[in-house]
Order: sequence, then C-alpha cells, then structure tokens
Amino acid sequence: MMRSRADKNASVKVAYIAVLTALSAVTGYVELLIPVNIFGIPGVKLGLANIVSLIALYTMGPVYAFGIMTARVILLGLMFGNVYSVLFSFAGGTLSIIVMLILKNSGGFTIYGVSAAGGVSHNMGQLIIAFITLGGLKLYYYAPVLIIAGEICGLFVGALSSVIIDRGIFNKEGKGNDRIFKGDC
Amino acid sequence: MRKLNRNDILLITVITAAALLIAVLLLMSGRKGTCAEIYVDGILKAEYILTDDREVEIKGYNGGSNILIIKDGAAYMREASCPDKLCIHQGKISRSGQAIVCLPNRVVIKINDSEGGDYDAITR
Repeated sequence: MMRSRADKNASVKVAYIAVLTALSAVTGYVELLIPVNIFGIPGVKLGLANIVSLIALYTMGPVYAFGIMTARVILLGLMFGNVYSVLFSFAGGTLSIIVMLILKNSGGFTIYGVSAAGGVSHNMGQLIIAFITLGGLKLYYYAPVLIIAGEICGLFVGALSSVIIDRGIFNKEGKGNDRIFKGDC
Repeated sequence: MRKLNRNDILLITVITAAALLIAVLLLMSGRKGTCAEIYVDGILKAEYILTDDREVEIKGYNGGSNILIIKDGAAYMREASCPDKLCIHQGKISRSGQAIVCLPNRVVIKINDSEGGDYDAITR
C-alpha cells in the first residue's frame, strides 16, 4: 500500500526541521569559537545562528522558526551553557523572532532590515533579562553598544541569509521541494 | 543578492540615531563626582577631594606601587609598577561611579559624590 502524500510531506518536513536545527546548533557552536572583540565588550557574538532563524522564518513560517530556535537554545544550553545562558538566549531569540515576524509581515522591509531589527531586538531581549536577574547593576550603559553591535551583525546575517535563500536550497520556490512548505504555517 | 530598500535604510538610520541619543543621554546624566576613594585589596585607604590638585603614591598589594594624579576635577594614573599598564590606559575619570582598576596591585580608584554614591550604607 502506498503511503499517503500527507505522510510523505510530513516526514520531509520533519527532515527539514532536523537539518535546520542541526545547522542552527552547529553555527551556534562555531560562533562560540570565534572571539569577537571589536566592540570592546566580551560576549558580543556575530549571531550566525540567526541565519537559520531567518531562513526558517522566510521559507517555513514563524512557528517553525520559533521551534528550531527553542531546540537550538536547549541543545547548546545542555552542551555548553547553564540555566542562565538558556534563559538569556531564549529571551533574545523569542523577542527577535517576534520583531522579525512583524517587520516581515508589514511588507515594507527587505531581509536586511528584518535581520538588523532582529539582531537589535535579540540583544535588547538579553539586556532586559540581565536587568531583571542581575538587578541593580547599571547595565543600561551597555544599551547603545549592544544596539549598534546588533544592527551591524544583523545586516551581516541578513546578507548571508539572503544569499542562502536565493540559492533555493531551503526555498519553497527551490527545485523539487515546492510543495513541502505550502499551507498551514 | 538583493538590495536594501528605502525603508531598510530609514530603519537603520533610526536605530543608529536612537543608540547615539541613548549614549549621549547616559553620558550627560552621570553626576560629577566630588571625591576619589582609593582601595587597596578591597580596603578603603584614602579619600581625596577632586577639586584639590595633588599627586599620590599608592602602595599596592605585594610591593607594587601606582602614582595617581588628581588634576582639574579628574583623576588618572600616571605610573604603575605592573607590566601591562592597563590602569594608565583607563584614562581620566571624573563622574560618580567611574573607576580605575589595577588588578596586579589590587588597587581600585573610585569616584564618589557627596551624597554617598549608589548605596545608603555598606556593611562588612
């Protein structure tokens, strides 16, 4: 008996989610190895893992982007981090996906603007959590640096994502997978 | 590769302007300090009024020494016995809450204001 088309689509979808999650975890790990000290404060990262969030958001939809981000945060947290790093990453990731979704759906911005805003909101999400958990410290002094850093890294990530999406590897217009991501999300 | 559109450029400009505005506001809001406190190994050793120009030699931990200059309402390190000279590169401080730290000699210079800074009291 032949498997139904819906089943096949579902399994292809699962495979894509798995590939994107793995990519996201690996890019997240790789950027831990790259020390970025151009802004003079420790802990500023390029946000390469956000490439995957962007691809998922543009080709699959917000629910998938959110799920993949959550999986990455938990995986990296279990392997290299602690409860706080999970909390920080999750807050940053969630806020950035929400902001990127709003900007993308507004239709007025290209992937560069969406990504830059995502980078900034990621850093702001982390700053808010830091302010709540480590209250009393004058952390808001970092805000301008974090905003500019998020913006520049976001533009960079947007350019990379744009190239990857245009190649059609994960694209719904891409060869062979045109029917995978239609519909529900 | 796609190009940025006008909204993107507007968004980026607005974000940059906001960041610069916040930076300027934060820099303006810092209260001018009145007093430089010298800590060695965590213990308050001396306090000097910033309005009086002077040169202070600080005996640091483990025989190290630093020379602190107080001039025109600001404090800065001129000399340090440590190899890295990070404290000298930290430059002039004058606003309440700013600090110069010399880790090898365990010397911390902190600017305070007359209202007692961020804390009402400290217990040890």
